[in-house]
Amino acid sequence: MNVGIVSYGVYIPRYRIKVEEIAKVWGANANSIIDGLMVYEKSVPDMDEDTITIAVEAARNAINRAGINPEKIGAIYTGSESHPYAVKPSSTIVAEAVGATPDLTLADFEFACKAGTAAIQTCMGMVDSDMIELGMAIGSDVSQGAPGDALEYTAAAGGVAYILGKNNQVANIESTYSFTTDTPDFWRREGMPYPEHGGRFTGEPGYFKHVTSAAQGLMERMGTKPSDYDYAVFHQPNGKFPTRAAKMLGFTNEQIKPGLVVPRLGNTYSGSCMMGLAATLDIAKAEDRIFMTSFGSGAGSDAFSFVVTDKIEEIRNGAPSVEKYLENPIYINYATYARHKGKIKL
Amino acid sequence: MSVPRFWRRLKNLYNLIGTHCKKCGGFFYPPRNMCPKCRRNGVIVPFKFKGAGEVVTFTIVHSAAKDYAKLTPYILAIIKLDEGPRLTSQVICSHEDIHIGMKVKSAFRKLGEESDRGMIYYGTKFIPVES
Ligand SMILES: [Zn+2]
Repeated sequence: MNVGIVSYGVYIPRYRIKVEEIAKVWGANANSIIDGLMVYEKSVPDMDEDTITIAVEAARNAINRAGINPEKIGAIYTGSESHPYAVKPSSTIVAEAVGATPDLTLADFEFACKAGTAAIQTCMGMVDSDMIELGMAIGSDVSQGAPGDALEYTAAAGGVAYILGKNNQVANIESTYSFTTDTPDFWRREGMPYPEHGGRFTGEPGYFKHVTSAAQGLMERMGTKPSDYDYAVFHQPNGKFPTRAAKMLGFTNEQIKPGLVVPRLGNTYSGSCMMGLAATLDIAKAEDRIFMTSFGSGAGSDAFSFVVTDKIEEIRNGAPSVEKYLENPIYINYATYARHKGKIKL
Repeated sequence: MSVPRFWRRLKNLYNLIGTHCKKCGGFFYPPRNMCPKCRRNGVIVPFKFKGAGEVVTFTIVHSAAKDYAKLTPYILAIIKLDEGPRLTSQVICSHEDIHIGMKVKSAFRKLGEESDRGMIYYGTKFIPVES
């Protein structure tokens, strides 16, 4: 396919809370949680940050990184499971804030944690068919776990934006394939603040079944194998799942290492594997081949195969890297965290 | 802030769009439609400010109107933009770090919200340059 990533940008809020701090509040054993999840800390949004502000910062970083003219962006799709409005698109605010209005089409996407990769696929089709010159696909979330629920240890905040186009590709998208079924592993009803999940049901029939099926499906169609890739990125609800999925598929720990951002970040939901891809692009060289598979509960997975071009060097330092956002965090305690997340109603 | 009033100012709030007088080189934020110096001879055009500036003075707000109550205590500062104009804005940083002369840059944040049912107002605030 003659479509690829032309630029990308990320944003991670400055605050972190350590797993120990959350465990202390609930009288839980922090070490067994850290061992079980392979997550040490997670990002927390500031009180005036939400999915939209995070999406805007990521989108501006993507535009600045490659010096994109925002008026050439013909479509913006924002994927999230925490859009601030039930009715009123996040994408209109993002488009206005990056100067892309009014000559474009946009919509918000929802598919648990894979809404952002579904947005990438939509932009790919529109660019490839010459409906638009450039499309922007965003994954952004300020995820919520109910107080005391297992998800509270990992539900984090962050956003990633990719600009897709034909010219000046920094990573060509060789192919994509999706695997989707109706699987009720995780849901949140309208008006409810926190999601519900099927406990252990989330692992095998949810995450592993869909991730491995999409990944194997794409490699079969392309005639590739894990050793053909320099790097691989899988959706990261915690550190354990992507590490195990990689092993099941035949990828090594070295291949997934640069993109495994979850131990220091938490699960950024719609931003999760897109953040891992960004961290991998941050260090990738021309000709590197990257494999990525997302997962969204409900359930589905989108697999992609990328080849990095020599243009990556030209845009590498145009915007902050994932590492830049991960270093130098401000740690907060549970009381401050609860206030940031609005768990205490004022 | 009423919904129509916010909507009219939205472009200015999101992207620090003010005005510039091509005749005398003056920069204005919030935007002015008439140059106070050149009067009728002024040539006013829209101008997007870079968003870089420094703190001229600041105060810490401990009690605020309903729309902003969730954010207290917060820092309210007068910022001098590199291009010249001064504006009042929140600065997001620790109360120990804020100081006169601090270099800041613009960030996209929630300015406030009416209630759980009302509109959310977005716009520009400032953060320290090093973050
Ligand atoms: Zn003038």
